Amino acid sequence: MEHQGQIGGSGPALAVPPGAAGTPPTHGAGGGVPVPRAPAFRSKAASMLQRQGAVVALIIVCIFGAIRYEPFATPENLLNVLRQNSMLGLVALGMTMVILTGGIDLSVGSVLAVAGITTAWLSPQGTAVALLGGLAAGAVLGALNGVLITRAGIQPFIVTLAMMIAARGAALGATDENSVHVDRAAKGIMWLGRGKVVGIPVPVLLAALAFLAGWVVLRYTRFGRYVYAAGDHQDAARLLGLKVDRVLIATYAISGALAGLAGIVLAGRLGAGQPVAGNGWELDAIAAVVVGGTLLSGGQGGVGATVVGVLLLGIIFNLFNLEGTITPWWQGVLRGIFLLGVVVVQSRLQRRAAKAA
Amino acid sequence: MSATAAARPRPAIGRWWSALGPTGGALVALIVLVAANSIFTPNFATAGNFWNVLLQLSVTLLVSVGMTFVIATGGVDLAVGSVMAISAAVAAVTVDQGLWIAIPLALAAGMAVGLLNGAFVSYFKVQAIVVTLATLLAGRGMAQVINRDGALLTIEDPGFLALGRGHVGPLPVQVLIAAVVVALAVFLLRSTPFGRYVLAAGGNPAAARLAGVPVNRTVVSVYVLSGLLAGMAGLIEASRLGASAAAKIGQGAELDAIAAVVVGGTLLSGGRATLLGTVVGALIMQVIATSFNMLLIPYSWSLAFKALIILVAVYLQRPRRV
Repeated sequence: MEHQGQIGGSGPALAVPPGAAGTPPTHGAGGGVPVPRAPAFRSKAASMLQRQGAVVALIIVCIFGAIRYEPFATPENLLNVLRQNSMLGLVALGMTMVILTGGIDLSVGSVLAVAGITTAWLSPQGTAVALLGGLAAGAVLGALNGVLITRAGIQPFIVTLAMMIAARGAALGATDENSVHVDRAAKGIMWLGRGKVVGIPVPVLLAALAFLAGWVVLRYTRFGRYVYAAGDHQDAARLLGLKVDRVLIATYAISGALAGLAGIVLAGRLGAGQPVAGNGWELDAIAAVVVGGTLLSGGQGGVGATVVGVLLLGIIFNLFNLEGTITPWWQGVLRGIFLLGVVVVQSRLQRRAAKAA
Repeated sequence: MSATAAARPRPAIGRWWSALGPTGGALVALIVLVAANSIFTPNFATAGNFWNVLLQLSVTLLVSVGMTFVIATGGVDLAVGSVMAISAAVAAVTVDQGLWIAIPLALAAGMAVGLLNGAFVSYFKVQAIVVTLATLLAGRGMAQVINRDGALLTIEDPGFLALGRGHVGPLPVQVLIAAVVVALAVFLLRSTPFGRYVLAAGGNPAAARLAGVPVNRTVVSVYVLSGLLAGMAGLIEASRLGASAAAKIGQGAELDAIAAVVVGGTLLSGGRATLLGTVVGALIMQVIATSFNMLLIPYSWSLAFKALIILVAVYLQRPRRV
């Protein structure tokens, strides 16, 4: 059950501004050039490009940005990109684990809103209570997803779709569609959203830590291997005696908790828990996971891939803004086309690699 | 459709609702809902409200019919909401050239997005959820671009407005359109080779291919059909609003449609489809929305109730493991 799933830069990649990457671009471009009469090399190159394609794209985009836009490669801009994408990163990390098990979690955006509101409500009780309350809200909703999927035998798509609708409804209903202010008693929550440690925004550090932890868990723990096994061949994993149901429930709970953490950070940043927060984030998170190279069919991919995916989409968005002349509408169009292009290339390379293997 | 269900062996006792076929659970739920509402909700069982439910139903229904075909092939079409916005935007900017240009152009735009989806799903073998997620994102942006960069374009052409506001005899035009589409779709699925191909392509694509079913062409057609119907829904929505609002039209329509389809008893994994079930599913969702509205229960709780209905319906219909 050992998988070669980890892709590209590992967790700490988030802490290093990608613009500083000194790898010469020729290295990346060379990977795709087919060498005649060497099918083994060719398939190896295809499989390598499939796994590292997003990294190559990220490097190219960064170099392009650094050359074309003067403000791009400044620490302020890069830290800003990281900060803006850190919350999506947390959500995408949970989504990665769920997708590795062959499932999907459409409820993350709504769960994020519920957790943010819970934290804001509990904020008069102090930071610790508010933080734990928000995390628990996310984890419980996530675990409920997992229980319904495993015990009731309903597809993840439907269960989490229902949770997405229900949790959004609960968030709107419980607050009468108003935002809930974070009390001053919970200074720590505000710090989570707005604070800085040695010049680095706290959300960025939090996301980096979460990705590091996720990477270690998936790579070096039994639970991590079970996650890959459940996604690779669920029935086989079951027959081998793995407690697949427990692994799935835990995975969805983790996804819920991470969405909750993102909600808490967002509430701290905005100073309020909002019932409409996180609307549509599930799509952005799925896009980031897929762009990174994790397969939606499960079993292949990893946390490193998602870091690259989140950064790639985030930096492209940043470049659009630096360009300044692209309207938000065209940005939407270009992002969709980019996503489509990436997945088509990936699916071609993957099939070529599979055929050669 | 009920024939498929009858062929499945099942224990004699228990699951009595499944004797009604895969749509059974949903049908029972609908009857219970309507009966309860007739008793407890004032003014629910009136002719005015009957038409009201049907009026609001027709847009969802058009999208859901297309979605049923897509899901029957084992795919999903998340882009329908964006297609609605695109078609409304195309109609709004071309309506001055005359309806005979505007409406076909708008529908063609919807079919073009469907063609794109279908081509990527069938020929490039990318998962439907990813392809249509990308076209959802790109499509919404495209609709804004067509809509003169996010402006609100009002439409005053009386012929166009008749789509969403006119009547033929006692029948509202949009209800008539939806009814005709459902009837044609039932015919298409049940009585034509295309319908067989759709179910075969969804049930077991490899076997279907070996049996000579043009799987790729069928899959492309299904997405084109979904695009066409979503385009129609977008036109009706724009006509009802009297304007094309690219940010608003069709927002979240994909979720409503998927919910209606799965509540009705069509399997998400493909190979089994019931259009009548989809009609029942869409009706359930609409009755919930309308009655909660009439009972002055906040919209948010109707969302929670909808979610519960989806789960219960799918749970009751889940195929048992062999």
